[in-house]
Amino acid sequence: MAVSILRRFAIILLTLFLASLIIFGAVRLLPNDVAQLVLGQFATEQAVENLREELGLNQPAHVQYLDWAGKFIRGDWGESMVFRTPVRPLMMGRLKNSLMLAGLSFVFYVPLGILFGVIAALKREKVVDRVISGTSMAFAGLPSFVTGLLLISFLAIGLNLFPANSSIDPDATFSEALPFLVLPAITVCLTNLGYIIRMVRSGTIGVLRSDYVRAADLKGLPAATVLFRHVLRNSLLPTITVVAMGIGWLLGGLIVTEQVFGYPGMGRIIVYSIQRGDLPMIQAGCMIIVTVCILSNMIADLLYGLLNPRIRVGKRG
Amino acid sequence: MTEKAGREYVLEVENLTITYDTDKGPLDTVRDISLKIAPSELYGLVGESGSGKSTLALAIARYLASNGRIKSGSVLLAGHDLSGYSKAEMRKIWGAKISMVHQDPIGATNPSITIGEQIAEMAREHLKMSKREAKEKALEMLRKVRMPDPESVAKRYAHQLSGGMLQRVLIAIALVTNPQLLIMDEPTTALDVTTEAVILDLISDLLKESNSAILYITHNLGVVARVCHRIGVMYAGEIMEEGDVRQVLKDKLHPYTRGLLGSIPRVDSSKYQGPLTAIPGYIPRPDELPKGCIFAPRCYMASKECSLERPALTEAKPGHLTACRFPEAAAAEPKAAEKHTVFEPAAMKDSTLVLDAQNIMKSFGAPRSFSSLKNRQRSYIRAVDDVTLRVYAGLTVGVVGESGCGKTTFARCVAGLEQADAGELTLDGEKISYSADKRPSAMLKKIQMVFQNPTASLNPHHTIGQSIGRPLARLKNLSGDNIRKEAQRLLRAVNLPEHYLDRLPHELSGGEKQRVALARALAAEPELVICDEPISALDVSVQASLINLMVELQQSQGLSYLFITHDLAAVRHISDWISVVYLGRVWEEGLTDDVFMPPYHPYTEALLSAIPIPDPDIRQEQIRLRDSVPSALNVPSGCRFHTRCPRMLGEICQRQEPDWQSDNGVHRIRCHIPLDELREMQKDALGLVKIQNRQTLKEAE
Repeated sequence: MAVSILRRFAIILLTLFLASLIIFGAVRLLPNDVAQLVLGQFATEQAVENLREELGLNQPAHVQYLDWAGKFIRGDWGESMVFRTPVRPLMMGRLKNSLMLAGLSFVFYVPLGILFGVIAALKREKVVDRVISGTSMAFAGLPSFVTGLLLISFLAIGLNLFPANSSIDPDATFSEALPFLVLPAITVCLTNLGYIIRMVRSGTIGVLRSDYVRAADLKGLPAATVLFRHVLRNSLLPTITVVAMGIGWLLGGLIVTEQVFGYPGMGRIIVYSIQRGDLPMIQAGCMIIVTVCILSNMIADLLYGLLNPRIRVGKRG
Repeated sequence: MTEKAGREYVLEVENLTITYDTDKGPLDTVRDISLKIAPSELYGLVGESGSGKSTLALAIARYLASNGRIKSGSVLLAGHDLSGYSKAEMRKIWGAKISMVHQDPIGATNPSITIGEQIAEMAREHLKMSKREAKEKALEMLRKVRMPDPESVAKRYAHQLSGGMLQRVLIAIALVTNPQLLIMDEPTTALDVTTEAVILDLISDLLKESNSAILYITHNLGVVARVCHRIGVMYAGEIMEEGDVRQVLKDKLHPYTRGLLGSIPRVDSSKYQGPLTAIPGYIPRPDELPKGCIFAPRCYMASKECSLERPALTEAKPGHLTACRFPEAAAAEPKAAEKHTVFEPAAMKDSTLVLDAQNIMKSFGAPRSFSSLKNRQRSYIRAVDDVTLRVYAGLTVGVVGESGCGKTTFARCVAGLEQADAGELTLDGEKISYSADKRPSAMLKKIQMVFQNPTASLNPHHTIGQSIGRPLARLKNLSGDNIRKEAQRLLRAVNLPEHYLDRLPHELSGGEKQRVALARALAAEPELVICDEPISALDVSVQASLINLMVELQQSQGLSYLFITHDLAAVRHISDWISVVYLGRVWEEGLTDDVFMPPYHPYTEALLSAIPIPDPDIRQEQIRLRDSVPSALNVPSGCRFHTRCPRMLGEICQRQEPDWQSDNGVHRIRCHIPLDELREMQKDALGLVKIQNRQTLKEAE
């Protein structure tokens, strides 16, 4: 176990390094001259040249990379070219907002997904299953901006239950933000539910068909005992991995939802920065998403290993 | 066991018919079955796969799939009709009054609950025990099934135990409540012969202490002969013959029983005494049943009347029922049905050497662990450790041993699918490279392979013609029409109709697929065919016809076989020379007759005594091996077999590896016990030493 954690840690560092190279490279490949972009079309040649100098854009690529990476590790993420403030506090504030949205969605769609998935599996091929699977897959297939707009037109404009626009003060607390979070959170839930329901359903059906569940039935155990002790304990294992890995994906996926509702999250500010060519912001945002992805992957692996006796207890243990 | 009036039965099945709703409408898969089992009685239900045995068992337990139902008839458990019970009510019967043990012990144990808990939950549920009492009960049950070190086993998970140990656990679970009826569905089929023997002993012993009735389902008549009291022989959903073990296995009042028995290779005869009496054809599907006797299309004595009307199961002798209308004729030994040429074995010294494998070694790196990181040294699994073996033209060499002894790895090294680490492979006097990739196609042609699982060894998207055609194009450089013609010829050679060329593998039965695999191997006109457990996935009757086919092809084409198997009876039948392998090394080798006569290596002896022989009169010596083959990661010191050897001499066995000893210069045994002593100890190991004359043997005696 200790070895595998160490090895995994090394792999994480390597992945981060490669990701940073790719992000750095990709940003440099942006079609426009950054200095020109920042200063606008009518800047003088001299001013552009000065800004290039100031941003270090004249240095060779590897020097630029090392400079950026070194500072990034030390916590100096540079200054936003557009907002003219340090990147880190700005990014972290927006990350907090995104995490509020993601977290709120997460605590609803995971339990709901498991519940519906198990119900669908137990009633497989029957009407209940068809309804659950069909509806959830339809929402998973719909782009989240469509789902979001539908919600806005029904729940916000039609029934006037929730605010249609979530563009709140970026520094709002959770309780202040809560009413504005409802619609975006429902959107995120609907988009992600289908995926989890599908995983839980197929995993549970597989286990229900297994010999050991038949054996548990024929032991005469009550149906609930069979379901909770023998079926779910095994069928939810792969789901945990998928859910944990989905966290990174969820964060990336927020970009569209935040955009639709005008919610001041990280996704929104990254899109804004890309449009403006705000290099330090783009790099920091991408690095955060990559790190969250990698960490959630690691957590998934560790959880799986911890919960699965085949990995936790070795063959001989 | 004659019926006494007023006798109490635990299970009474009356005229039971089971129907499945399918796309083609309702199908009666089990029809009009009646059977009774008394307390302490072990009833064996035998038949090929597809005969409806498991369906019947599940129907008795009321656990049919959702599209299956009992159409008519009744199931009485201790006089109570179960058919009106709801599923919730059945949960009070399951476990408490009816327990089941399944075929695949690894699949039937929950991977994420400890073994002890899986037994204890049964005690809590049905015996209303407290947590602590149930824990105690679990340990008691583990002791009862003679589990070594029960305290530690109780804390383990399924993946930490071997198949044999898990099957004991399942038996322990089933016996917690001392149920009235115990249903065992092929409980030993997934196990090694040696483990099977241990489990069968256990079942017989446990039965003596309890008054449960046991319904024992198997396809293996040898197993039935060893443990059962009464037998029902089932075929395509109906019982063909029923009676005491002795009545059925000795008198055989139905040709199907006779066919099943004749399909099993005997330990006292070989291919030189004639082919096995295979049952031709296949079991009919329930929607394609013949109008008359359902067995008539495959029956050697079917007459015109047989195909007109279906005979009923009638009592031909007291307690002995048969569904054949000519029980007397069935009881008579069939006159040597077809003339087979008894052929003489080619003398080994006159024959040319085809394959010479000298000191082959192969190890695999073990998965790294923390300790290996500290030692900076990788541990190795020594799968094949110095095996030397020769195959002569037109003869068969059998390699036998339990699973995990390295026989498959050796075969793959010879075929070049694994690269040996060391040793020398010589084919037709020419040294060949370890890897098949580096062998010229002229060499590749000469060695072909047939694998255990016929389904997995054929590409599901290629037609049979494409599968056979590929080696024809690649190795024989044929093209176009010639490929098709040659493929047709090959299909004929393996007794398959030519139009199979355009079929896909899933349209064929297991036995047919294995014939195709054999045809594909023959396509290159090889000298040596390596067969890795080619028959063990097949039904007995299909096994027999495949073995017969292999022998025929050997005679007509002068093929050599390297036959890898754990089935000693099959290897006895087909082989001229046998090497017994354990933990990557050969411990006994010799001409087949020599190996099957004392002196034996103690490991060979244990393997022989584990063979289930379908004859209730034969008393085999009971030599049982403890545990399973040790890991090849930590090979025991001295004689590798000493940790399990029932005849261990003492300290010398642990310390020193024994040298070869020989009684006649050809037959060799690697053991510390002198051969004369071994022979004296093993005089009647098989209880049936009446093997026919072989010069070498007489001289040795």
